[in-house]
Amino acid sequence: MTFSAFFFQALNGLSTASGLFFIAVGLSLIFGVSRIINIAHGSLYMLGTYIAYSFATYIGGALGFWGGIVATALIVGVIGALIEIVLLRRVYRAPELFQLLATFALVLVINDATLWIWGPEDLLGPRAPGLRGSIEVLGRQLPSYDLFLIVIGPLVLLVLHFSLARTRFGRLVRAATQDREMVSALGVNQAVLFTSVFALGAALAGFGGALQVAREPANLATDLVAIGDAFVVVVVGGMGSITGAYLAAVIIAEVKAVCIGIGVVDFGFMTVNFSKLTLVAEFLVMAVVLIVRPYGLLGRPQAFVRSIAEPEDPIRAAMPALKALGAVVLVVLLCLPLLAQTSPYLLILGIDVLIAVIFATSLHFIMGPGGMHSFGHAAYFGLGAYGAALLVKWLAVPMGIALLAAPLVAFGGALLFGWFAVRLSGVYLAMLTLAFAQIVWALVFQWEALTGGSNGVIGVWPPPPFDKAWVYYLLTLVLAVVGVLLLRRFLFAPFGYAMRAGRDSVLRAEAIGIDVKRVHWLGFAIAGCVCGIAGGLFAFAKGSISPETIHVSRSIDGLVMVLLGGIQTLTGPIVGASVFATLQDTVMRQTEYWRALLGLIILLLVLAFPQGIVGAFSSLWRKSGVKS
Amino acid sequence: MRPTRHVFTLALAAGLAGFASQASAQQTIKIGELNSYKAQPAFLDPYKKGMDLALEEVNAKGGVLGKKLELISRDDGANPGEAVRVAEELVTREGVVMIAGTFLSHIGLAVTNFAGQKKVFFLAAEPLTDKITWQNGNKYTYRLRATTYMQTAMLMPAATAAKKKRWALVYPNFEYGQSAAENFKTLMKKAQPDVEFVTEQAPPLGKIDAGAVAQAIDDAKPDAIFNVLFGGDLAKFVREGNTRGVFKNRTVVSLLSGEPEYLDPLKDEAPVGWTVTGYPWDKIKTPAHQAFVAAYQKKFNDYPRLGSVVGYVTIKSIAAGIAKAKSTDTEKLVEAFKDLKVDSPFGPFIYRASDHQATMGAYVGKIALENGKGTMADFKYVDGASMLPSDAEVRKLRPTETN
Amino acid sequence: MSVLAIRSLSKTFGGVRAVNDVSFEIAQGEFLAMIGPNGAGKSTCFNMINGQLEPDSGEILFAGRDIAGLEAREIWRLGVGRTFQVAATFGSMTVIENVQMALISHAHEIYHFWRASAGLHRDRALDLLEQVGMREAAGRPSRELAYGDVKRVELAIALANEPRLLLMDEPTAGMAPRERNDLIALVKRLVVERGISVLFTEHSMDVVFAFADRIIVLARGRLIADGDAASIRDNAQVREVYFGTGKTFAGAAP
Repeated sequence: MTFSAFFFQALNGLSTASGLFFIAVGLSLIFGVSRIINIAHGSLYMLGTYIAYSFATYIGGALGFWGGIVATALIVGVIGALIEIVLLRRVYRAPELFQLLATFALVLVINDATLWIWGPEDLLGPRAPGLRGSIEVLGRQLPSYDLFLIVIGPLVLLVLHFSLARTRFGRLVRAATQDREMVSALGVNQAVLFTSVFALGAALAGFGGALQVAREPANLATDLVAIGDAFVVVVVGGMGSITGAYLAAVIIAEVKAVCIGIGVVDFGFMTVNFSKLTLVAEFLVMAVVLIVRPYGLLGRPQAFVRSIAEPEDPIRAAMPALKALGAVVLVVLLCLPLLAQTSPYLLILGIDVLIAVIFATSLHFIMGPGGMHSFGHAAYFGLGAYGAALLVKWLAVPMGIALLAAPLVAFGGALLFGWFAVRLSGVYLAMLTLAFAQIVWALVFQWEALTGGSNGVIGVWPPPPFDKAWVYYLLTLVLAVVGVLLLRRFLFAPFGYAMRAGRDSVLRAEAIGIDVKRVHWLGFAIAGCVCGIAGGLFAFAKGSISPETIHVSRSIDGLVMVLLGGIQTLTGPIVGASVFATLQDTVMRQTEYWRALLGLIILLLVLAFPQGIVGAFSSLWRKSGVKS
Repeated sequence: MRPTRHVFTLALAAGLAGFASQASAQQTIKIGELNSYKAQPAFLDPYKKGMDLALEEVNAKGGVLGKKLELISRDDGANPGEAVRVAEELVTREGVVMIAGTFLSHIGLAVTNFAGQKKVFFLAAEPLTDKITWQNGNKYTYRLRATTYMQTAMLMPAATAAKKKRWALVYPNFEYGQSAAENFKTLMKKAQPDVEFVTEQAPPLGKIDAGAVAQAIDDAKPDAIFNVLFGGDLAKFVREGNTRGVFKNRTVVSLLSGEPEYLDPLKDEAPVGWTVTGYPWDKIKTPAHQAFVAAYQKKFNDYPRLGSVVGYVTIKSIAAGIAKAKSTDTEKLVEAFKDLKVDSPFGPFIYRASDHQATMGAYVGKIALENGKGTMADFKYVDGASMLPSDAEVRKLRPTETN
Repeated sequence: MSVLAIRSLSKTFGGVRAVNDVSFEIAQGEFLAMIGPNGAGKSTCFNMINGQLEPDSGEILFAGRDIAGLEAREIWRLGVGRTFQVAATFGSMTVIENVQMALISHAHEIYHFWRASAGLHRDRALDLLEQVGMREAAGRPSRELAYGDVKRVELAIALANEPRLLLMDEPTAGMAPRERNDLIALVKRLVVERGISVLFTEHSMDVVFAFADRIIVLARGRLIADGDAASIRDNAQVREVYFGTGKTFAGAAP
């Protein structure tokens, strides 16, 4: 590519960067002050595009377009404030990350609400009045609107920067970002601060979405695309740093633009289509940045934040009553094939629920007792599944060996990624695990010759006698029980204690001779290994495996299961996985608006059980005076 | 921690209760249908309407074999694993006699494989990948929609007539886009050995960085462009390309862009002059089609999209197949679909016995602007049968045990 | 022979010499107090000895071996126990589990996956808790304890690896005067019984003068005095840095 082509692509990158910056900056502010990971941020962005579309088409003209963008920002800001007041304020005291569950439910609800209001079709807004044409740069046509975007991004950055530096509100925001406890000690009305920051963040997202109305159609899939981009930008830039967010946006947009600009290159021995790299470019950037600069480009190490939630109770071995109940449940599960004679689907659902149980329990192993919030647990599920499926496809190994290999492949992957991940903590660890998962996903997606690309591997069916649902179900049940009990056993053994010790206080643990990183690393790998079993079982249960298995939505499903059940309990993930998998199965049968229904049910559960389902029941149990 | 298990048991009990309520005496013929309704609403919302219309028509005439058709639709979560679960649910819980549907190619493939394994009749409605009927085809799977190969082949006359040497390709980076690009390259090289492919842009589905992609294509200085983008990606690409003058003086040949689902959102920015496959619904004047449009508009107060036709013909095919089989038995259905003749708004077509592919064709024409809206001009209907390789050739493509 | 010998220890933070050429020793069984005004370099000095910080230069000889730059956990394994300025226990564990954790680590049993921790070293843990007067609280979650009790549990944890040297960074910070004396008296009794050496920093002068065998004084990173209670009390330079005047410590009890 020539120099002028390169330079021109750099300009394209800058205009895209402004868009990324607007998605990310609000998320960063909100996280900085309230420590909430707002998954619904992408939904607010999407709403911005839809609302601005309505203004631009129904009012029309310059007023409808430019005035509409400003009005949209205000409206989305108000929506943000309402979300904070009505919903999030009620769950601030819940265990860490629980707010994530609430915002996840919002994603589902907002998406269906948007579908209901604006309909399914893509809505392409008008071009920007006054900026419809293009100007010539280096013999090429640069849309004037892109030029406008190139300018408006840094402009908003400057405005934000100075208002944070010069105003009382800005000082409070910065103080809260650095040390939340200090702000509440200063007697600041925390509720008002949180609400206004959430509103500001939402307004920025709405503004960003509205600006895109001249470039792309309003589309119902924007929410998830935007939130993915936003996470990456925020983490690369450094949580809470708005300048960092802009810098990160520029870097990512430029890397992508250059990849596209390079296009297909023939290296002689192989031909590489660099445009396909855009699939994973941002995650590669994120992984590299986090490995080299663990707190992002301009981020500072997070001050130790004491969770405002109640710390968890000591774990206790199962009482006889619990053991008895566990035995009863197990007997019922063993008898399920008999019940299933009249309704065979019971077994299919049973297999899915059990796989979800293994998945969630292994995630909980590192999330709860390990304190490592993995946002990329699907990677190990996928590695297990692909490990098994590829062995069958290429080497035609029997199912037994494939199922044995699944956890080993996942263990290897977790060992590799875990080594980097345990060097970080908190949200940075979460994002690095997410980046790794996306990299695995992209690798599987892209390496067509080996993995079958987007089609995945098909035709991985269990041989007789496992082709009968009830036999496969029993196999799954056995592996699930073994996996769950094994992890439980580990938690009660010295290793599990050491893992919790490292989570409770790294300093104290190191001061009694525990190598916290190593313990957490091994814990991470063990969780990945067990998760691999679930992946292997999944491949044979479905007869096929595709890149979706590794996609971020599965990782989020895992988080939802763990949080729904209660992160601070050992049985939480089992209940959470069972409830979520059953719920999804039931709700999805209502084809229309099932997402909103699922979202509303989760919202109800969130408000009713702010410690998760099991968490809530055990505190109820304790309060009623029965010590279990 | 004891209450924990309570919850678990309760959830289980609730689940059991749910299952108990299934299957009473069969008064209807149940058809299972699954699709990515939430992920691809623009196509599938009209598709659902098309199915509803056909269902109403079939049942108004007394149904099939004296029973009414009952359609049970499910969302497949746009995920192959989920789709297989949903398919199993339809078969084992709802007791459907066959399954139909799917949109994205890779999901269609996973369900195809499921159908082959579990010996369930599957009519793939929309997924376009050739593999469903060829490389990964099986005895139990038929497919309605004209495949990637067929649609690409339909565009070949226009592509070769343009006599352009330097081609640029742009396609979404997944099965459908990749196989369309491969088909195009193979067919082009055969027809025009000196062809040169100057660049290939493969943006991720739904995440195109349109400005940069349009620019990169422009910088490669092609004489012509083959486009496979659709949906939101297409809209972004067209707007950026128009503003940047990428399409000026270049031949563009494009898959699916003439379908109202993807053309209408572009409004007055529809890329005039592109040769496309699509569906000019307001200009097809055959009696069969006009009757369909009238019925559709009457029922929904909206005009049909291509999805409507696909949904409508899916149900019509099923009704015809069951009527011919005189049974809902899977093996009999498989037999009945061989050379099954179906009347569609596009005219009659058959399901080929050799590769289970329907010969329903598509409209090929040029995009034009009328009344500030994109439409197709100089279009003609290309029969699918004329585009498909011979029975002997496809037999070589299919696994041996499939017939 | 001295248990711990510090030789010319220095540490600079961004141009500020937090600890500047400090040398001192602790003898077997000695109860050594390190005092000095805020910012004198006490905590920096401490954190270099316990492995949280790496010194720029100088030696830290523990039982004749240079431990400068070793990880905290390695130093602990050599026989150095510690307590924290802000008491830290494992909040999700019971009191006895906290102590058991240290005992498990001491026995190199961290990477055991099978046997339940609850039964491991239980008697020894109860014994340690007995000695610090916390046996009754063995089964309570440690996060529910009063602050003074947490300090006692920390002491039990610190004794779990049978240390030869105990580092206590402001062991009585945040405690009522009465509690302070009780705690230090307890520490003194335990270490005398075992012959453990103790290095501690302390703000409360009456605690220091009442219990320390010897006192060293840091000011602006330098060691300015080293001697017994009487000699420190009368040291003009010490008075100077503490009060800037000729006042004495007599009335300075906080």
